[in-house]
Amino acid sequence: MLLLLAMVVVASAAPAVAATADVTEQSSRLPVGAEADGATVDLDVSVFTARGATGRRPAVVLAHGFGGSKADSAGWARGLARAGYVAVTYTARGFGASGGLIHLDAPAYEVADAAKVVDLLAARPDVLLDATGDPRVGVAGGSYGGALALLLAGTDPRVDAAVPAITWNDLGQALFPQSAVTPAPGVFKQRWASLFFASGAGSTPGVCGRFAPDVCAAYTAAATSGRPNSAILALLKASSPQSRLADVRAPTLLVQGEQDSLFGLDQADANARGIAATGTPLAVRWVEGGHDATGADAASLGGLQDEALTWFGRYLRRDGSPSDTTFRYAVPPASTLGAQPAEQRVAPAYPGLGPRAAFSRRPMALQGAGQTLVSPPGGSPAAVTGLPGTGGVLAAAGGTGALRALGVLRGQSAVYTSAALQRPVTVVGSSTVRLQVTSTTTDATLFVGLWDVAASGAVLPQQLVAPVRLEGLTAGRPVEVEVALPWVVRTVAQGHRLQVVVSSTDQAYAVPRDARGYTVALVGATVAVPTVSSVLDTSGTTLAPVGLVVALGLLLLALVGWVLWRRRGRRRVHRDDSLAAVPLVVSGLVKTYRDGQRAVDDVSWRAEPGQVVGLLGPNGAGKTTTLRMVVGLIRPDAGSVHVLGWPVTPGAAVLGDVGVFIEGPGFLPHLTGRQNLAAYWAATGRPAGEAHLDEALAIAGLGGAVDRRTRAYSQGMRQRLGIAQAMLGLPPLLLLDEPTNGLDPPQILAMRQVLRDYAATGRTVVVSSHLLGEVEQTCSHVVVMHQGRVVTTGSVESLTGGAAGQGLEEVFMQLVGSA
Amino acid sequence: MSSPLPLRAEVVRQLRRRRTQVSFGLVIALPLLLVGAFALGSQDGSPNAAPTFVDLAQTGGANLAVFALFASVSFLLVVLVALFTGDPVPSEASWSTLRYLLAAPVPRGRLLRSKLIVGAGTSLLALVLLPVWSVLVGGVAYGWAPYASPTGDRLTWGVFALRLVVVVGAVASNLLFVAALAFVIGVYTDAPLAAVGGAVMVTIVSAILDTITALGDLRVALPTHYQFAWADALAPTLQWGQITRGALWSLVYAVVLLALAWRHFERKDVLS
Repeated sequence: MLLLLAMVVVASAAPAVAATADVTEQSSRLPVGAEADGATVDLDVSVFTARGATGRRPAVVLAHGFGGSKADSAGWARGLARAGYVAVTYTARGFGASGGLIHLDAPAYEVADAAKVVDLLAARPDVLLDATGDPRVGVAGGSYGGALALLLAGTDPRVDAAVPAITWNDLGQALFPQSAVTPAPGVFKQRWASLFFASGAGSTPGVCGRFAPDVCAAYTAAATSGRPNSAILALLKASSPQSRLADVRAPTLLVQGEQDSLFGLDQADANARGIAATGTPLAVRWVEGGHDATGADAASLGGLQDEALTWFGRYLRRDGSPSDTTFRYAVPPASTLGAQPAEQRVAPAYPGLGPRAAFSRRPMALQGAGQTLVSPPGGSPAAVTGLPGTGGVLAAAGGTGALRALGVLRGQSAVYTSAALQRPVTVVGSSTVRLQVTSTTTDATLFVGLWDVAASGAVLPQQLVAPVRLEGLTAGRPVEVEVALPWVVRTVAQGHRLQVVVSSTDQAYAVPRDARGYTVALVGATVAVPTVSSVLDTSGTTLAPVGLVVALGLLLLALVGWVLWRRRGRRRVHRDDSLAAVPLVVSGLVKTYRDGQRAVDDVSWRAEPGQVVGLLGPNGAGKTTTLRMVVGLIRPDAGSVHVLGWPVTPGAAVLGDVGVFIEGPGFLPHLTGRQNLAAYWAATGRPAGEAHLDEALAIAGLGGAVDRRTRAYSQGMRQRLGIAQAMLGLPPLLLLDEPTNGLDPPQILAMRQVLRDYAATGRTVVVSSHLLGEVEQTCSHVVVMHQGRVVTTGSVESLTGGAAGQGLEEVFMQLVGSA
Repeated sequence: MSSPLPLRAEVVRQLRRRRTQVSFGLVIALPLLLVGAFALGSQDGSPNAAPTFVDLAQTGGANLAVFALFASVSFLLVVLVALFTGDPVPSEASWSTLRYLLAAPVPRGRLLRSKLIVGAGTSLLALVLLPVWSVLVGGVAYGWAPYASPTGDRLTWGVFALRLVVVVGAVASNLLFVAALAFVIGVYTDAPLAAVGGAVMVTIVSAILDTITALGDLRVALPTHYQFAWADALAPTLQWGQITRGALWSLVYAVVLLALAWRHFERKDVLS
């Protein structure tokens, strides 16, 4: 399919068709108006439609930014196609595969081209028509494409909705900004203009690249002199939506980036006022991003595509969603620790539209006398407040102190500072000051910034300064002028100071090359700070805490339900009174391990009071597994265990009457023997007096070692301490698994006596062992196990046939052999 | 008869362990190490240069405490919390004492409850000790200037003390995920190393994924996404948004993980 596309594009004949899954891209060439020299021009156009969509649908034209191509908005177009639109992208004349030259969105060229694209849509059988030749169409784009969207909406009445983003109102004001209230053209925004020019030129030989000759000539003249000429001012005026706004009837969603030293918020403000003046529906967004932003902010532009989709839904599909005239803006985070998103705020309408006054400004007192500043010969050194188009590179490279040192040069700046703020203030918009300026010559070039000054550093919000150019002055005679400071959104914290800094130079602008001096004084000693009354906007936040809280609530509810269900399911424990006098009854125990090995198979036996029962069998006979089930460590697959009539389940209280020594001792290595027994007893939760600790320690016979840490114990010592632990509290039933392991013969002898004595008090001892002699000499009764089954049970005497009979060993061998 | 494995008994079992003592020694040593390291480092740079985070740390006790938290929250505290909560159950298994506790008898839910409460309590103690001790060490070393943020905002001592409580709460709620994860791994594997290492590893992987901006909104669900949200508590006006989200996500994860731990342990065959 891709190959096909490539072939057809080269041939530029029939429309090419490419598709990704559900969206079809139809690529074609659209002939449009010729250049001034008669050269024919055709545009590289793509139409995106959802595969399988039927019927007539609204259409959207997407225009790209300066230096871009139709490919830039392909993703956006696919999204629109999926949402039920016919989406068109095309490469503007002078760029990419389209023919022609760059005229900077001139009405006779680029705007007329866009109208041809609308004609193309009107001829399509799948596009909804409002009238013959009048498709239901929206237009959207950013920057160069944004201005085109506005200009098209202002010249072509067929446009039904517009979403222009990060674009200009008056290109003359954008490139020669004038922040003072005076008719003179402003200061040349040299750095941005050069970047702009460079991205349009370069691909072809010669200075002008693909710029139209008139644009190129006007630009080079202005860039060389640093001052605008009438030719470029006329040209920029023609390319500005400003004069066309009164004709915009299409409801407009105006999106502007806050990080933008090229097309600032002032441009969006002018557009908003122009559009709203005729009552056209309007919503304004100030988002994170703009021409100075990089990365995610630059790409998403505050969720521009989602916002546009909603806007088009409302005015193209007419899906009935309520009208939206809100003003939403992002307040950048103040803290620099961690990654915090900007705070989104919303006001019911853009300030100052309609009868109400513009942004309400409140005066704040500034201190600072008249100050003299020098504009150095050659314009160097110049203050550096920002590096256009490089994103936050400058901010990231230096801390706030470095930026301050670069941005406010000694001898070239005048500074006026407020008192520390009693309460935080969020500046939204352009502050104003009145300055009295005296120049040593007939003109003055100044840059005014509003700094946020803290005790340990100062920040120039959004790194913006407002250029001022005064002409027609008389040397030495002061003039008063009103200056609009840069449009910013900034929360100035409590305790911070606001500071107005007036500089004679700025790196990003063309400054006078001759040396001059200025005297600057503040008139009225105040700065008027704009604020907007708004509320926190929670509508656009993803995965809101509400969802989280609900999820958590449901989880906890499920948990409580589970616990209650388990409680209910747990049967009340009933004592079996017929077994109340029997210390231990094991009946029908079965355990199959997960690997399929049947370790215990239908094992039943019992131990009566006063007995020493030997659980005898070779290794692997199932003795230890049986004992683990007896104390509830392992769940039997079938069968039951009763201790003194109580059924044994994991953690059953009756296990407190069972002393256990199973599969070797276990101690906390960092505690002594005595501490270990104390810690164990403490874990049972029973009173310390019931432990009989000294008796148990006497049985262990550790002597002085009892106060050494157990990690240093020998195996025999650990073994004896383990048996002593089992005897703590003198339980009615004692279970000992291979108790004589690691003991030397005298200790074994002593142990036998201890166990016999223990049983003699009416208690019961169960000893498991694989040693026949051991069981024979210690036990009164024996349970013989083999391969998971009980082979035989009975008293040792009855099995061996009395004193004259055979030994237990022979009996065992017979049983095992026959089993 | 009081309940089996009372918290006191569990505290005794854990407190005298070398790992507990070393961990708290580390927490106590950290601010001293920082002060020592700052003293060794040369003091240069023009007065106009940016006050870096390290410079700020030397302005007073409050700033040293914040720096110490900043330096330790993404690793040291994660390791400590994983150790304190992940290791108690599997280490009992590895000492062979788990079966004796269960046969004592300590009901299984009860055992987990005591272990979790004491482990979490120990973690919280370390988490409180670190900033409080850092404030004292920093105060003695650098004086008692009020807290100053990198943006130059200052908080009075009274406000700072309250904010520090919020900070500790925010960090603790975030580490709840680590605690629950270490705990559940410990219950499942009976291996102390797996519990601590597994929890730390998952935390690190999550932090790495969080740096991939292409993941977009998916990242908010990463358990470490809000690990520095506590810094919002030090802004001139306290911002709860991130802290609340972080705490809620952590709580959701913790509830699920702990429920798994309980479910598994209640029906497990204890073979250790």
